Amino acid sequence: MKFTWFNLMPWPDLPDDFREKNRSVWVDIPSRYFDPVRAHQVYNDHLDCLEYAAQVGFDGIAVNEHHQNAYGLMPSPNLIAATLARRTQDAAIVVLGNSIALYNPPTRVAEEFAMLDCISGGRLVAGFPVGTSMDTNYCYGTIPGLTREKYAEAHELIMRAWHEPEPFAFNGRYTKLRYVNVWPRPIQKPHPPVHIPGGGSVETYDFCIDNTYSYSYLSFGGYIRGKALMDGYWNRVAERNTPDNSPYRAGFAQFICVADTDADAERLYAKHAHYFYNRCLHVFPGFADAPGYRTIKTLQKGILNQYAPTKIFEEVPWGELIESGRVIAGGPETVRQRMEELIKGLRVGNVFCLMQMGDMPKDKVQHSTRLFAEQVIPKLRDIYPDYASDSRFWCHPLAKRVTPASLPVEELAR
Amino acid sequence: MTLKTIATARVPVRYYEGGSGTPLVFLHGAGGLNMDQTFLDVLAQRFHVYAPLVPGYGDSEECAELRDMLDFTLHTWDVVAALGLKDPVLAGFSMGGMIASEMAAVAPHDVSRLALIAPAGLWLDQHPIPDFFAMLPFELPPVLFYDQEAGAKAMTAGVDLSDPNFLQAFLVQNARQLGAAGKILFPIPDRGLASRLYRIRAKTHLIWGDSDQLIAPAYAKEFQRGIAGASLTIIPQAGHAVPFEKPAEVVAALSRLL
Repeated sequence: MKFTWFNLMPWPDLPDDFREKNRSVWVDIPSRYFDPVRAHQVYNDHLDCLEYAAQVGFDGIAVNEHHQNAYGLMPSPNLIAATLARRTQDAAIVVLGNSIALYNPPTRVAEEFAMLDCISGGRLVAGFPVGTSMDTNYCYGTIPGLTREKYAEAHELIMRAWHEPEPFAFNGRYTKLRYVNVWPRPIQKPHPPVHIPGGGSVETYDFCIDNTYSYSYLSFGGYIRGKALMDGYWNRVAERNTPDNSPYRAGFAQFICVADTDADAERLYAKHAHYFYNRCLHVFPGFADAPGYRTIKTLQKGILNQYAPTKIFEEVPWGELIESGRVIAGGPETVRQRMEELIKGLRVGNVFCLMQMGDMPKDKVQHSTRLFAEQVIPKLRDIYPDYASDSRFWCHPLAKRVTPASLPVEELAR
Repeated sequence: MTLKTIATARVPVRYYEGGSGTPLVFLHGAGGLNMDQTFLDVLAQRFHVYAPLVPGYGDSEECAELRDMLDFTLHTWDVVAALGLKDPVLAGFSMGGMIASEMAAVAPHDVSRLALIAPAGLWLDQHPIPDFFAMLPFELPPVLFYDQEAGAKAMTAGVDLSDPNFLQAFLVQNARQLGAAGKILFPIPDRGLASRLYRIRAKTHLIWGDSDQLIAPAYAKEFQRGIAGASLTIIPQAGHAVPFEKPAEVVAALSRLL
């Protein structure tokens, strides 16, 4: 099993009446809620937590890309990944990922990922999401009906840029380049492992199967609700006569809070879970799905319950957050049991552990993170022994990596 | 009106045909033709009407090869040619007005009469066009209609969003239609028409609802500034959906081109 500590980087200061006063946490959220001076602290706290997770033994630390969004302060995940590459030693740097249709030209992603791979000594896991409709269409203006075509072309360009040793001309519909010649180039050959965050598009299932990429479902709905979608993926894997059904072909994101006891978990974390579900997920439904963003094929397949005209995230009590599987919380043994259900039920080798929720402060995050690393991970490590050697979906760092030099403190003091 | 199909180079096209007299091609708006059947009937009392559907609208086949403004413009010329029409009256509403304007600009010698009903295609920072792609169904009537109650009633006739099967069909239709429209209207319905308006040589008549909350009547002045000699009829007590709300008045204004 691979456990990756995944941080969304929420803004912690949305007011109590945020939902009543504003229509969306995303796209058109008023800028007055953002305080740059406060952000100095917020960013550094989040970075501290990511680095802490690497220190206590998570396999990877993950960041992602969102725009104009108060629960995701990383318009550029690569900036965050770059700082992490310097301050961590062994953990995989998982960027989940760059919305490649939004980069102009997309070779920018090939370049920056290569930089991260070089700086980190081959620790990069590269994510290529299509991007949400909020980010891709409403914040960055990509035409919904052309988003997937643009994405596919960007993917082709990046892959050719990494694979082909000589400069080449690329005559795409969306990008035309006379000299594609990515420099620097990644350590991992031919390229870092690729994970594709998806949301139930049939095309994305096939894309992962065809390219041997890992499919990750980064939902906030929890593992019980996520089962239908993951089953859809595994059915597709079977239907397509995929050579194997290694659990590492799939990943799942899950909110996890560990305390010494179940009661402590509620006492410590419930209010932060409520902050996340009731403020951070307050997204105007009109932004959720620009017409043309999803393919007709996907709409017809009918994973549509989430579009029903009822409120998706109603104020729910802690008990129900736990019951419904949206949050796995409790003492180490409770969490272990439910994680085992998740890992076996969804058949996932990659778990993206969301351990910071909403406005959860650093000390609580680190407490939970440490308990999970020390008391839960070891008991879940070998759930899929038959696939222990499947390294196709994980990074291959250099055996001998440099350590950032310490600063010349004495000289500076003089 | 009769719904028919005609072959074009790229895709079979569905179109309504009816009436007699001077041939007129009517290009629909982003909402399609469902609400404008009465308008077409009234129009057909004065003209021989051809109303093609943009691929993806109604039951028509989608066309992935139509990606940008030039594709839409030339495709619609292909439709006119396939219908065997030469210099028909070219009329368009909203998105259809944008396409008609582009057609008249790229082929100025092939269009001598042009009717633009609250056309899209320009952008004025002082009068931003609301983002109807992000609107929820209940938010549309205020921007589309003068009589919001009547408009909302017409929009929701036969609509039952609590029925999952209906909802699925509705989402598919929405994705097909507005997905196609988005190629020329998203996120800002401006594909550079302003710089091409000067090429239009047709006798042009603009028709606008006085209470248009989607594309403000200020845009009429901008079209008049761009198209030499363009005349304007402002229809009172009408919103953006002026062909639906005032069909007789729109047809009367259109007939000035004859």
